[in-house]
Amino acid sequence: MENKIKLEIVTPYGLILSEEVDEVSTSGSEGDFGVLPGHVPFFTTLKIGMLSYKKGNTTNYVFVNWGYAEVGPDRVMILADSAEKSEDIDVERAKAAMKRAEERLKKAEEFDFARASASLERALARIQVAEKRTG
Amino acid sequence: MPTLRDIRKRLKAIQNTKKITAAMKMVAAAKMRKVQDRMLNFRPYSSRMQTVLSDLARVAERELHPLLALRMRKTVEVLVITSDKGLCGAFNANILRTANKYLEGLKHEGIQITLSTVGRKARDFFRRRGYTMRNSWTGLSGKVSYTNAQEIAANLVENYTNETFDEVIVIYNEFKSLIAQKVTMMKLLPLGVIESEEAPKESAMTADYLYEPSRAVIFERLLPKYIEIQIYRALLESSASEEAARMAAMENATKNCSELINKVTLLANKVRQAGITKDLMDIVGGVEALKQ
Repeated sequence: MENKIKLEIVTPYGLILSEEVDEVSTSGSEGDFGVLPGHVPFFTTLKIGMLSYKKGNTTNYVFVNWGYAEVGPDRVMILADSAEKSEDIDVERAKAAMKRAEERLKKAEEFDFARASASLERALARIQVAEKRTG
Repeated sequence: MPTLRDIRKRLKAIQNTKKITAAMKMVAAAKMRKVQDRMLNFRPYSSRMQTVLSDLARVAERELHPLLALRMRKTVEVLVITSDKGLCGAFNANILRTANKYLEGLKHEGIQITLSTVGRKARDFFRRRGYTMRNSWTGLSGKVSYTNAQEIAANLVENYTNETFDEVIVIYNEFKSLIAQKVTMMKLLPLGVIESEEAPKESAMTADYLYEPSRAVIFERLLPKYIEIQIYRALLESSASEEAARMAAMENATKNCSELINKVTLLANKVRQAGITKDLMDIVGGVEALKQ
């Protein structure tokens, strides 16, 4: 297949990924979507979640924390608030964050509910992406 | 003719100065490395954001969002970014000269000016010249945070929306390399007319996008964020440039001290020798007188 997509993931902390890939799928704020070469111009916000891309026969996973995706016929540009490749995720830290967030949610009236649940969501997504790395 | 003791005193003073400038250079180097890392990591994000935004703006209607509105250029806001502290060579002088010239030019064209500054140096410079500043932020250089950028951006966005001014120009030092900074003028608002330095690529799209959620919602969030990002980038660039400029300035100062030390040491030796010769002459003269 000669048609490739140029996938770029950038965050304020640096360029996470820049690769020629065959297929990208990720979760937008209005639902999951997949991109193959020749996609119509598309612009969406992303929620906390997982992005996966296929290159040949291997699939790779990236954790994406909010942001925007701009899709063109030959490119996907992800402007995320933060992002980590699955092999870079600190699982221990994510698990600790999950525990902390769960505790906070239990005594929800004391803490900012939205903040705690966002942090829980992030931790869960991180763990989910990290577990994919062997698959 | 200075006495030997005066010269030694001077020598000591120069040596002390050299120690200080050398230390300041090290401090500047350490600070610069920190900011430079942040800046280099941030650059891809901001430049991609700029590409995305100019793509979006090209196909969007101008009425869609107040930040996209094009108005008559009656009042121009100029935001000048300098440092708080001096001792960094021509860093501030360059930027202030450019800014001043630009402001004079605008006045000449009969365009109203509003002025905002970041950094003590710019504030003092324009205050001396009798400008009134709409806003001035100080205490940022060396510890730039995203919160600072948010604050400045919010202020600019609010005033642009209120039509306090119709255009925003940011003047700052861009970090080129350790030894080079470039005074840069960036048109921040209105959005979309900012042409990025390279010509539009052939991949630039002419068709409109599909938006999810609606375009209005996306613009509502993305446009103010874009302003924040650009301000943050300018602050980082300026901060890194400042430390780089200071490093170079201190390096020069240290070198000059070394030169001066050599010169003064030579002078001290000459004076010492002259003294010894004079003493010897006195002794010889005395001995000769005793012999007679």
